[in-house]
Amino acid sequence: MLNKDNALVWIATFADAVIAKKEFLSDLDAPIGDGDHGFNMARGLAAVKEALVATPPQTLTDVFKTVAMQLLSKVGGASGPLYSSAFLAMIKAIDNKETLTNEEVADMLQAGLDSVKMRGKAEVGEKTMIDLWTPAIKALREGQLNDSVIDQFVEATAPIKATKGRASYLGDRSIGHIDPGSYSSGIFFKAMLQSGVLG
Amino acid sequence: MKGIVILSHAKEIAVGVLRLLEEVAKDVPITISGGLEDGSIGTSFDLIKAAIESNPATELYAFYDLGSAKINCEMVMEVVDKQVTILDVPLIEGSYITAALLQTGVDDDVIQANLAPLQVK
Repeated sequence: MLNKDNALVWIATFADAVIAKKEFLSDLDAPIGDGDHGFNMARGLAAVKEALVATPPQTLTDVFKTVAMQLLSKVGGASGPLYSSAFLAMIKAIDNKETLTNEEVADMLQAGLDSVKMRGKAEVGEKTMIDLWTPAIKALREGQLNDSVIDQFVEATAPIKATKGRASYLGDRSIGHIDPGSYSSGIFFKAMLQSGVLG
Repeated sequence: MKGIVILSHAKEIAVGVLRLLEEVAKDVPITISGGLEDGSIGTSFDLIKAAIESNPATELYAFYDLGSAKINCEMVMEVVDKQVTILDVPLIEGSYITAALLQTGVDDDVIQANLAPLQVK
């Protein structure tokens, strides 16, 4: 059952893991992007942590609102507005409820994914974070989501030729590299599993 | 009144394009957003919003360098009260042509017709 308290744990876990892996994430981005995904996301998520402490959220919606606004302002790359639009759409899906069942969490994440697809004008198979969110939400609905399948979804982005985002400028040379946005999204879904949001 | 906003990942590019455009369009309102607040490379929702809001024109043509500038601009367009048109043309050539045409006071359809052959993004 997702609620305000475990949402805070989810976001903190996501933030700490990205901050801890920021160099690795930027290294993933270096061969196919501009080498800043980890640093950008770490900067945004550090701002999220500060904002959540400075103004403790009163509701589940407030938690995600703070995340959305800080990522939008502080990330500096495409991942900022993309993650931000996901959270804004998730807020709409929450519809001011204070607790969400697993099924409702999946619906909420699906709303986030739909918003990312709309915002990035991207679909599955273009080597973007959509290639992680799509199978992860499906696995969640089937009760099959765990760290190991998340790792598989991340690895599965390597053979894809990028047709959206900065990596698409490289064409075939993008093949063989893991998509950094999918990796950070994998951290996001693992953080959800760790935080007790489900079940 | 119609104006132009220049959106680049680098402050120096935005400033340079502005200087170039001012050569042909001294009466056209042009505002810029280049890089992040601390001068590093990137695009900022807040700076793009400021560039759009601080432009005295109510109708704006927006030119950008790379995709994330466009995505940020689209987010800003949902919260500002101005008519912003993003053009998927090369930043320098597209904005220069538009600035020169706006200076002569032509209508939108003339600008769009002149930019059409430049569509690349």
